[in-house]
Amino acid sequence: MEQAGPKSPHRRLALTLSAIALGAFAFGFALIPFYDVLCTWTGAGDKRAFRKTEQVLERPDDQRMVTVEFLAELPTVGSWQFKPVVHSITVHPGRLYEAKFVAHNLTGRDTWGQAVPEIAPSKVAAYFRKTECFCFTPQHFKQDEQREMPVRFIVDPALPTNVDRITLAYTFYDTQAPSAKR
Amino acid sequence: MGNAHSAHAGHDDHHGAPSSIWARWVTTTNHKDIGTMYLVFAGAMFLIGGLMAMVIRAELFKPGLQFVDPAFFNSMTTVHALAMIFGGMMPAWTGLANWMIPMQVGAPDMALPRLNNFSFWILPFAWLILVATLFMPGGAPAGGWTLYPPLVLQGGDSLPMAIFAVHLMGASSIMGAINVIVTIMNMRAPGMTLLRMPLFCWTWLITAYLLILVMPVLAGAVTMLLTDHFFGTSFFNAAGGGDPVMFQHIFWFFGHPEVYILILPSFGVVSEILPTFSRKPLFGYESMVYATASIGFLSFIVWAHHMFTTGMPLAGELFFMLTTMLIAVPTGVKVFNWSATMWKGSISFEPPMLWAVSFLFMFTIGGFSGLMLAIAPADFQYHDTYFVVAHFHYVLVPGALFAIIGAVYYWLPKWSGHMYNMSLAKWHFWLSTIFVNVLFFPQHFLGLAGMPRRIPDYSTQFADWNMVSSIGAFGFALSQVLFLVLIWKTVKGGAKATDQVWEGARGLEWNLPSPAPYHTWEKAPAEAAIIQASPTGH
Repeated sequence: MEQAGPKSPHRRLALTLSAIALGAFAFGFALIPFYDVLCTWTGAGDKRAFRKTEQVLERPDDQRMVTVEFLAELPTVGSWQFKPVVHSITVHPGRLYEAKFVAHNLTGRDTWGQAVPEIAPSKVAAYFRKTECFCFTPQHFKQDEQREMPVRFIVDPALPTNVDRITLAYTFYDTQAPSAKR
Repeated sequence: MGNAHSAHAGHDDHHGAPSSIWARWVTTTNHKDIGTMYLVFAGAMFLIGGLMAMVIRAELFKPGLQFVDPAFFNSMTTVHALAMIFGGMMPAWTGLANWMIPMQVGAPDMALPRLNNFSFWILPFAWLILVATLFMPGGAPAGGWTLYPPLVLQGGDSLPMAIFAVHLMGASSIMGAINVIVTIMNMRAPGMTLLRMPLFCWTWLITAYLLILVMPVLAGAVTMLLTDHFFGTSFFNAAGGGDPVMFQHIFWFFGHPEVYILILPSFGVVSEILPTFSRKPLFGYESMVYATASIGFLSFIVWAHHMFTTGMPLAGELFFMLTTMLIAVPTGVKVFNWSATMWKGSISFEPPMLWAVSFLFMFTIGGFSGLMLAIAPADFQYHDTYFVVAHFHYVLVPGALFAIIGAVYYWLPKWSGHMYNMSLAKWHFWLSTIFVNVLFFPQHFLGLAGMPRRIPDYSTQFADWNMVSSIGAFGFALSQVLFLVLIWKTVKGGAKATDQVWEGARGLEWNLPSPAPYHTWEKAPAEAAIIQASPTGH
């Protein structure tokens, strides 16, 4: 109506192009199963293989002894107390152990804390598996609350043989409420 | 609407234009009005995005935290990028397409005028949504314009707003692209074969195809973010069997063609300006068309070069490295064709030519740093440093943005009917060119020295070049005030422009009076005129 000439070729081409656009939208979603197939086929990132390795049970190495040391640090002085319950334990690679850290909230209010782990020497981090850790989630502390928090771990039997000592250090940060910080 | 009016009468520039503001600027379906609105909108977004860049550069002027807190700084880098890409560049190109493509192919208007109006008016609302997040509790999105999960999913209420804004902008640009394709395929004047079209139409045609192929993929990716956050899906959530790196693959499948969407129309503009002021036909017209198409095709198979550090298999690194380097071939064809166009030409340096020549130099610098980044082992060093920032700003600011400014200088006399103040234009050019290099060149050094991007504070050894870069930024921003003044004065008045405007200009738009009448080519141009005006002359 706007201009002379037939309108329908415009409509037809515009609809075809819209269909291409819709197809492209679907293609974005189709990429997800497509990558699954491609990665499985090429072996580049087969999700089933990842799951399989998770289920492999470790064979504990009871001949070998590794010392694990625990360190606790605070970014500032005065508002918290934070320390390990024991300073070191001796472990066998492949067995599950538990260690505890104790924190005491001296900030004078309800608050949240978040522990950030560090493993030394850093190349050993890949062999140090935490199955459960208080550092995985923010920890709520009431005013003046004191409590012990566990970390459970396995040292991988594949740990290089020249390593006999691992240091696990936590820095405990006061984070207020985890989601209110905007 | 226009049928009652025959051809343009004399110099009555708004012959047939509705007199009420509502009909002229709100419900209008005229391609020139819509083009103007797009350009004004893009200009406003460039200012907003530019102000955000000033906040960033002010904060980075010295080490330490001076003006803003880190969360707001992150919002600034995020929204600056979104504003410049989706609010500034893309609407500016669509505005230029609206103005020029019908005039260049001898069509009376865009093929789908109401869709055209709709696709423009979506934009201000999309931007209202996004800019509004700046004033909300929790602030604007701050996870970077690439919206990577899981970080972006941890944002506040701005996430759904940003996603809906991206949906709207995507819908707008897809509709704009459909309009361009239908116009070029169906509305060319008889005798205007595809290979007689000016290169601006060609590059825009290929850009439009890229747009309809990749904007929906982005829409899909952000929709998946939305359902991951609110409806418990696990597309990118490892705990539910998804994969956060998958988002990067989908995003960059959109993202890499997107950067060519921003740059291809500039190739078109430069391919028109250089022949005009060299007074020679474009060297290698057909090879330019094929090079553009090759770049468009290659853009689809290089996306993972943005992700070399994610732990791809070696075969993947090699494939994406080599295909990326392959892009240098068609791009090199273009750069050499442009150089050959100027070779032994009768060159004069009017403002559009200055912008085009500086585009040629500085876009090539950006291209070379791109080649450096394409080398996978080297990229591990450059990744996420200021070297990347320097690279993409070189291709986007003295690249795409300079081409947009050059296009405005080239066609403004045709739009307004007035010549502008040449010395003011040259001041604007030289100040911009000097300051843009002061602004971005030192960022190469910072990146090679290891300064990471997206940080509000930095180690003191980076202090000197950051200060230089910030000075360049303030100078570049202030220089743009001259541009606004120049446009304002030119639209208001000035020396009368001739129909051809530039001595060496060819193309159908220069056969029309200046200023271009409200309705043009209601009677299609004669084939002889089309041949005479075509870039190759046959």
